[in-house]
Amino acid sequence: MLLGVSMLDLARFQFAMTTVFHFFFVPFSIGMGLVVSIMETMYVVKKDEVYKKMAQFWGKIYLLSFAVGVVTGLIQEFQFGMNWSDYSRFMGDIFGAPLAIEALLAFFMESTFIGLWTFTWNKFKPAAHCALVWISFLGSMLSAIWILTANAFMQHPVGFVIKGGKAQMASFGALVSNPQLWACFPHVVIGAIVTASFVVAGMAAFGLLAKRDVNFHKKSMRVALWIGMIAAICEAGAGDYQTQVEIHEQPMKFAATEGVYTTTGDKAPWDIVADLDTKNHENKGAWSIPDVLTILTYHKTTGSIKGMNEINKELHKKYDSKFGKGMDYYVPVKTLFYSFRIMAGFDLWFIIVSILGLIWTRPSKDTIENKRWFLWVLGVTTYFPFIANTCGWFITELGRFPWTVYGLFTIADSVSASTTTGELWFTNIMYFLIFSTLGGVMVYYCKKQLDKGVDKALEGGVY
Amino acid sequence: MIDGIQPLQLLWFGLIGLLFVIFYFLEGFDYGVGMATHILARNDNERRLMIQTIGPHWDGNEVWLITAGGAMFASFASWYASLFSGYYILLFFTLFALIIRGVSFEFSAHADTVKGFRFWVWALFFGSLFAPFLLTMMFGSLIQGVPMNAAGNMSLGFWNIVNWLSIVAGVAGVLLCLIHGLNFLRLRIDDPDLSRRAQDLNNKLYIIAYIGEVVFALLVIFQTDFFQKRPISSIVITLAVVVFTVLSQIFNKTNHQAWAFITSGLTLGSVVVLLFNGLFPRVLIAQNPANSLLIKNAANGQLTLQVMTIVLIICLPIALAYIIWSYVVFRRRLKVQAEK
Repeated sequence: MLLGVSMLDLARFQFAMTTVFHFFFVPFSIGMGLVVSIMETMYVVKKDEVYKKMAQFWGKIYLLSFAVGVVTGLIQEFQFGMNWSDYSRFMGDIFGAPLAIEALLAFFMESTFIGLWTFTWNKFKPAAHCALVWISFLGSMLSAIWILTANAFMQHPVGFVIKGGKAQMASFGALVSNPQLWACFPHVVIGAIVTASFVVAGMAAFGLLAKRDVNFHKKSMRVALWIGMIAAICEAGAGDYQTQVEIHEQPMKFAATEGVYTTTGDKAPWDIVADLDTKNHENKGAWSIPDVLTILTYHKTTGSIKGMNEINKELHKKYDSKFGKGMDYYVPVKTLFYSFRIMAGFDLWFIIVSILGLIWTRPSKDTIENKRWFLWVLGVTTYFPFIANTCGWFITELGRFPWTVYGLFTIADSVSASTTTGELWFTNIMYFLIFSTLGGVMVYYCKKQLDKGVDKALEGGVY
Repeated sequence: MIDGIQPLQLLWFGLIGLLFVIFYFLEGFDYGVGMATHILARNDNERRLMIQTIGPHWDGNEVWLITAGGAMFASFASWYASLFSGYYILLFFTLFALIIRGVSFEFSAHADTVKGFRFWVWALFFGSLFAPFLLTMMFGSLIQGVPMNAAGNMSLGFWNIVNWLSIVAGVAGVLLCLIHGLNFLRLRIDDPDLSRRAQDLNNKLYIIAYIGEVVFALLVIFQTDFFQKRPISSIVITLAVVVFTVLSQIFNKTNHQAWAFITSGLTLGSVVVLLFNGLFPRVLIAQNPANSLLIKNAANGQLTLQVMTIVLIICLPIALAYIIWSYVVFRRRLKVQAEK
């Protein structure tokens, strides 16, 4: 203990910090892969040079996000062993396989084809060159599937047996057909597409505000807003679908995101804000809309939602023989409750601004340049997907408390025995400095590229 | 099977060795080129050219390290857990080196001031220097046996990590990567002057490499049990290291660039083979032999190994095919271009 902070706290803080930072850039780069692929495909189909420029200009942003995603991903692979070695020993038989498959199947594909794509603008015919970026996008999707396979097991362990105090794989098929995985995957990938769309639209808005490359940025904005609108609408559906799975698999997580302590009646109201008393485990009052929670949850007008207090009792009954009576099964309720509202609120925001943007940039009556306030709104929106993504992961990961593997292995048991508090303080501070620098430089270079203007940024080819 | 080791366990021990061999062969040269940006290059145009030779490949090469780590996790979770938590600080610095190096490629391309560009090339240089130094140092340290309890938790002191053998191993690793990188560079450029300078530098480096190899071999003999436990194979592989170096030097002198590159890569590869051969049938050597982590104990379950074997048989040939294709695409030699 140092400054009253335990090693476990530090290791948890580090995991949160490194994954949150990694998860700024991963969805960004997955989504940019699709946006750039679509732009280059439009070039191949329409043969209009402006789309080629678009793919190249936004492609450079794609490469930046990819680079930061790669290096922060390295930390992920190392830290399971470094900070969570007891977890790795317990879970390695199951958890290692998806990670290794991710490298073999996805990382080689992404890295090789993105390298080919970057340096062969003048080497291949447009259609062949365009195929390269699609393949690297496909690689990043595969990568998402495998890392989520690993995560899905932690949320909802399937296809295993416990042998000699360790989890052992009993069925690989069960691992990859985990309902948790296929509920989570669309939500994450569509979220990635939303992220990239609004970064491109937002940066293009800043470009228009500076009255630079007007035609280019307007066209980029339209492409991005189309993709963004479709994705943001689908995202609501994907989130709903994941919730349906969660209600059954992790009722505590679900009840916490809605702040439900005591089991509701058949017509549950939806709380917009609530006074949550986490000490006495009660919801002391809220602004709420009647019936809406029931409708959102069950897609029909009657149905009660089980409260955390009841779920807590059930969990004690289920696990006390194994983990003892001292366990606290309440998750960080306030964080989950507000994370959900911020995340869902931003999705609604994305749908609205993309529809407005598309209306005001329509070729028959294009007035967007005069609506400088709206360009500012779009510009600021650049940052919102990152907040929404982070909130989403807070719900997923904090909602798994107190487990690393749900119902099987606790967070407290997972941490490395040989690591010291001093080492963790050191690496936490260093990671913080590294991440602030990387993030700062990345934003700086994005802004710089925008300020330079399209032609200057693409001078001398892409490289 | 030998010592109760199952065939699949043996296969995966070998495969992890192979993945590290490929990693050193491929990423070895791009570490070398990264170092050459400040050891050989005389101006920014040459630096740009060097970065361009590895630009399309470095990321794919690094995936071999990620794959080796992932495969270790997937097939020997206890090995992965003990090793990564034990060498905590060393691996953190390795990560640091890999991070600054990884972003340096994109960031230097985006930098439009001379100062900014040079800053990121320095990041590339130091990253490329310290990544192989620290990784090879870790191997040099762990083969001597480490303080480890029965649960597999290490309690490494400073001198367990930093000692003669580990430092010599780290320096030798850096040196061999530099030689290998210069050989790669010569293959990829159309610049007689730079190529000539790389050749001359290598001529000197081979001499230092011999000294390094001899000192390394002597320290391995005295500081590890490799030559007592597996004398014949250890001697044969050590000789292979030297023979490949000699061949590489001759090919470099006679200007057989491709062969010089292949043999310098095989030199690095044989060093890895020497280490894995000496480790067998253990994966981690504890100072108290009873606590050593053995292949048969550290291995994951049979089903996981079967699944991983099938995945590998399907994925690896496909990956190798497009990786090789990417080298074919970028086979044309590059010239120094005037300032952008």
